[in-house]
Amino acid sequence: MQRHLISAADLTRDDAVLILDTAEEMARVADRPIKKLPTLRGRTIVNLFFEDSTRTRISFEAAEKRLSADVINFSAKGSSVSKGESLKDTAQTLEAMGVDAVVIRHGASGAPYRLANSGWIDAAVINAGDGTHQHPTQALLDAFTMRRRLVGRDAGLGQDLAGKRITIVGDVLHSRVARSNVDLLHTLGAEVTLVAPPTLLPVGIETWPCEVSYDLDSTLPKCDAVMMLRVQRERMNAAFFPTEREYSRRYGLDGDRMAKLPEHAIVMHPGPMVRGMEITAEVADSGRCTAIEQVANGVSIRMAVLYLLLGGNEPAVTHTRPTGSEEK
Amino acid sequence: MDKQQQDAQASDARPVLEGPDIARVMTRIAHEIVERAKGADDVVLLGIPTRGVFLAQRLAVKLEQITERKVPCGSLDITMYRDDLRMHPPRALARTEIPGDGIDGKLVVLVDDVLFSGRTIRAALDALNDIGRPRAVQLAVLVDRGHRELPIRADYVGKNLPTSLRETVKVQLAEEDGRDTVLLGAKADQ
Repeated sequence: MQRHLISAADLTRDDAVLILDTAEEMARVADRPIKKLPTLRGRTIVNLFFEDSTRTRISFEAAEKRLSADVINFSAKGSSVSKGESLKDTAQTLEAMGVDAVVIRHGASGAPYRLANSGWIDAAVINAGDGTHQHPTQALLDAFTMRRRLVGRDAGLGQDLAGKRITIVGDVLHSRVARSNVDLLHTLGAEVTLVAPPTLLPVGIETWPCEVSYDLDSTLPKCDAVMMLRVQRERMNAAFFPTEREYSRRYGLDGDRMAKLPEHAIVMHPGPMVRGMEITAEVADSGRCTAIEQVANGVSIRMAVLYLLLGGNEPAVTHTRPTGSEEK
Repeated sequence: MDKQQQDAQASDARPVLEGPDIARVMTRIAHEIVERAKGADDVVLLGIPTRGVFLAQRLAVKLEQITERKVPCGSLDITMYRDDLRMHPPRALARTEIPGDGIDGKLVVLVDDVLFSGRTIRAALDALNDIGRPRAVQLAVLVDRGHRELPIRADYVGKNLPTSLRETVKVQLAEEDGRDTVLLGAKADQ
């Protein structure tokens, strides 16, 4: 039985809408004096972070605690991993301690899949970002933010994002956020356009369910949301563009470009933002930028995912996914 | 249970309360609430989804007619507080809507369609605990069918309906099902 959330592509439209609807109710818990639900009492969740992260780790931890789960935090720095322990041994150590779910962030694409399908552990595996592969909860919280802003909080219940035009701009090559968003937004019926310099688009992009453009200015007037991606310098080992100033001039979002967007369109950023590079301070601080809202929505989405995967005797989402090859 | 089975069961089921009966029962409960709460100034009605919410809204209208004051009315979803969460796949959540002034120091009247094992009400009391501290909590139900598994009782009962565990009680309301009725049927063979 699948109890994992590895990729946004594993979710059907109904799964995704159920997660968004559940998150809408979870969001209301944040307005209460006691921000806690007893739902995951007695379940142990490990946050296994092999890569640096602030917002995702804190967001998962907040979501787990609001659902009353017992939380164990693990970061590679200062653990046995820095002494040379393998993923397998780390996983089996956790299994021996009896954890119910593992939230994993790893620099290697496919590490969560390996953990889920290797037979090393019985726990549910939730991907919190792996290499340049997937970051499904980010895509879900982005879709949640779009549905709230473009369709409406109550009007959006039960609805997908059919016909919404979403533009994703920047370092698509290194971005798991872009990959997850393309998969999920396509499932939800939105039309996605990727905009980037040719060097920052991956090989095989023509098979993705989206449009590709090299020109930001011509795309902006006809989109409902524009998502700016950070240029991931830590993953770059070659020169992908001549200078930062040139990149910023052609693919950065400043006040003048924002003025070309339709009145209702929103500006999104998964964070961390590099002000002056892909987004100017003027845009980042404007009311149309949803970066802070996305962080708040992240907690609600992660509560929804944890509840739907772990709240019952079997998961309410992703169980239709065909099982991958079992390796020992 | 699939749709066909459900329809077959509905045709066997015998109505024990019809639309006008339900309306009369709700009027009586509204009067009882006013009587016991000595005017119902601090009453907050909280319906338990799905059908309890509609009953609470109907009670709010009747209370307003009697007291000529608006009575706060909301909903309380108990899904996350259920004691059988781990026995089923996770259920979709319903809306919890607490009226603006909250429930602290108020007389909360929980409203549900059928009182059976009492477990739903236990979950509702737990949920209330996380939202505030009412002055008192009372319970209004349309049908009490008995077979309590917890020491819980209703303060206002529309109809006491002695049943066997082989029977099902199904409340249908116009807002959700298109008509008002309470059906008593035989449980489908398992």
